[in-house]
Amino acid sequence: MEDPLAAIRVTFFQECEEQLSELESGLIAMENGTAESETVNAVFRAVHSMKGGAGIFALDELVRFAHVFETALDKVRSGSLEATPPVVAIFLRAADILADLVRAARDGGAVDQARVADVVKAFDEIEGQKEIPGSHEEEMVADPSEAQDNVWEVTFTPYPALYAKANEAALLLRELNRLGETEIKLDTSLLPELLELDPEGAYLTWLITLKSDCEESDIRELFEFVEDDCRLEIGRSETEGFAPGTVITGDNGFKFEFFPPMEEEIEEETEVKVVEKKKEEAAPKPVEQALVHASAVQAMVTKAETANSVAPTIRVDLDRVDRMIDLVGELVINEAMLSQRVLEAGINRASGVAMALEELEHLTREIQDSVMAIRAQPVRSVFQRMPRLVREVAAMTGKQVRLVTEGEATEVDKTVIERIADPLTHMIRNAIDHGLESTESRIAAGKPAEGTVRLTAVHRSGRIVLEVADDGGGINRSRVRQKAVENGLILPDAQLSDEEIDNLIFLPGFSTAAKVSDISGRGVGMDVVRQSIQALGGRISISSRPGYGSTFTLSLPLTLAVLDGMVVSAHNHTLIIPLGAIMETLKPRAEDVFPLDGDLNMLALRGGYVPVVDVAHCLGYSVQHAEPEQSVALLVEGEGGARAVLLVDAIHGQRQVVIKSLEANYRAVPGIAAATVMGDGRVALIVDVDAVVQNAGAESNAHTAELNNLEISGGAA
Amino acid sequence: MSMTILTVDDSRAMRDMLRHSLVAAGFRVIQAEDGLHGLEVLAAEAPDVIVTDINMPRMDGFGFIQAVRQDEARRATPVLVLTTEVDVEKKNRAREAGATGWIVKPFDPVKLVDAIRRVAA
Repeated sequence: MEDPLAAIRVTFFQECEEQLSELESGLIAMENGTAESETVNAVFRAVHSMKGGAGIFALDELVRFAHVFETALDKVRSGSLEATPPVVAIFLRAADILADLVRAARDGGAVDQARVADVVKAFDEIEGQKEIPGSHEEEMVADPSEAQDNVWEVTFTPYPALYAKANEAALLLRELNRLGETEIKLDTSLLPELLELDPEGAYLTWLITLKSDCEESDIRELFEFVEDDCRLEIGRSETEGFAPGTVITGDNGFKFEFFPPMEEEIEEETEVKVVEKKKEEAAPKPVEQALVHASAVQAMVTKAETANSVAPTIRVDLDRVDRMIDLVGELVINEAMLSQRVLEAGINRASGVAMALEELEHLTREIQDSVMAIRAQPVRSVFQRMPRLVREVAAMTGKQVRLVTEGEATEVDKTVIERIADPLTHMIRNAIDHGLESTESRIAAGKPAEGTVRLTAVHRSGRIVLEVADDGGGINRSRVRQKAVENGLILPDAQLSDEEIDNLIFLPGFSTAAKVSDISGRGVGMDVVRQSIQALGGRISISSRPGYGSTFTLSLPLTLAVLDGMVVSAHNHTLIIPLGAIMETLKPRAEDVFPLDGDLNMLALRGGYVPVVDVAHCLGYSVQHAEPEQSVALLVEGEGGARAVLLVDAIHGQRQVVIKSLEANYRAVPGIAAATVMGDGRVALIVDVDAVVQNAGAESNAHTAELNNLEISGGAA
Repeated sequence: MSMTILTVDDSRAMRDMLRHSLVAAGFRVIQAEDGLHGLEVLAAEAPDVIVTDINMPRMDGFGFIQAVRQDEARRATPVLVLTTEVDVEKKNRAREAGATGWIVKPFDPVKLVDAIRRVAA
């Protein structure tokens, strides 16, 4: 049995993440001046709610900081503090720290205390301008050891009204007991004989001696709601009421106060209403007061209706959804098999069976789409992390940057979302660090001092397309080219189009920055970004206009449960090659194939050499090598931009396939990424392009260098 | 028969925690995510005690308590406010709205149960 508290803890941290994004987006709206009155409330509520939850789990550091933050936000909410840009800037910093504190509490670890102290100090300063310092914070900071225990004499005589309002004297006494140790005496001297006793009268007086470090106000506070209905005398005792060494037990800060029922007021209100009703009945025109009342009710109803228009949501375990996706995958395969069988049986396409089958096919696709949609989430959660990143990088580089995001509501599979955060982070860092010019250069170029980085998401033909665009100087092509030649990535005389030059930045180890900065990382370049995108079945490209900036475009599948694949055959086996990895297909000419030592062939391709992989041989289907000129060649690109040419017998077309894990159902097979079931019920293996390319690359590396050298001398001759 | 407690809180962690503590005390617990939801629940349920948060989206605790008090059938239902608010002004607002009591979070489960039993009596 799972520990319920651990589960609640998990929920708490999940909620914290939600509240942190709400907080951040609210603060950004405030920063941009697009905040509505509800925004400030939502921001306050987010912090308040985290504080409340943190309290349950005794996350004191978090509670303390949230409290300071909340106090400042509350002042904005009440209008006593204006949300000027510097104030919002501090809030944003505080939100970052709060996020760090939450994560530190969740994952263990510490938060830089100096940063926390900085922000707390900043809060003190902004609040100090508006408020007399140390008004109520003082009591929080006060060292309890300094407080001396006082002995209080409390005399409490309830009036009949107190009892009439359903208050319990005993309850108040018990509350008093929570302040410290009490000694209670009941004075019954006023109690009349039974016959004379008014059952609703009040005759008792309590004399309480309280030993506590509390203030008189604390005691008064307890009686606050009954003070009009009793006689209360509080005085400090001259004598020591308690033996020294008495232990006063703490109460974990638990505080409970009992309000008297507000019966009288409620009754008055009801009376007013009745009167209004009567008046309404008498005269067709409602009185003004009733109008006011009605409009208030109307306002509430309208508010309720608007709020209700928010679609209700439920939380479901991911496992359940995944199980369903699995089952739907089976359904799709089954449906395809059935269709094929019906076709094979020679049943007329116009027959009832065929028509019903077609209907089934539509429904199956629809179910598949709907189920996939359950796992889909808006990219908002990732986009919302970016403003903080932009602030940090902007501060480090001393550039002025504005981040514009569009299409936050665009949905994509949860797994994809989780895995695009890092590449996007890297691309945005790059856009600011390398893409945008320094403020001075921008001004010199007649551009606005503030650079813009635009992050957009959009659905396009069954994929999600993400763009990171900057309005910087664009790719410096001569530098890129020079660098590529220096690093031996291209030949000095290679004829490259602008586009090809731009794409050189995706090659491993490529970095144009004159010095490696902290921000863009050390030796981690766009090749790493491309790698992670390709691992998701995605593609990345760049377009750049000198002087106007660069745009990186990511195109990703909406889900990792299905794959766009090219169906090919190799030695009578049907295989799937992920479409995302295929650059082009070609028919090799005999004169372009260069055999090297052993089994290895290289294919000359536009001034370079690419290792040739005979798929059937590589996967062990055939001992014989296929003849390159009788095969179809697929130029594929694996991790890190390494290329290879895959030789297959034939291409049968593209199709979307449901991915079945081979490891889960059989075992891992080198060179095979996963499997799928085809319409004819047969299993087709999905080729692990990365592994195949890497393998070919390792074998051919030495030879490629040799060949390239040959080519250089040969080319010069 | 065991008492039914309605808890109104926008934080699921807090609701879970309340449920955990109150179910352990033998109460039947029904939950709502905010004031408006609370009112919806009240249309079908008659809890013995209501425990509500103050800061919630859509309809906050003040609005919720006011609405509860306007409902003839629920006027006598004790409503305890469970909040991290320490502001006296807000406490008074809750009182004016018709709250029965005020409990400051973080709550001690035993004492909360104790408080519920007392107001329900």
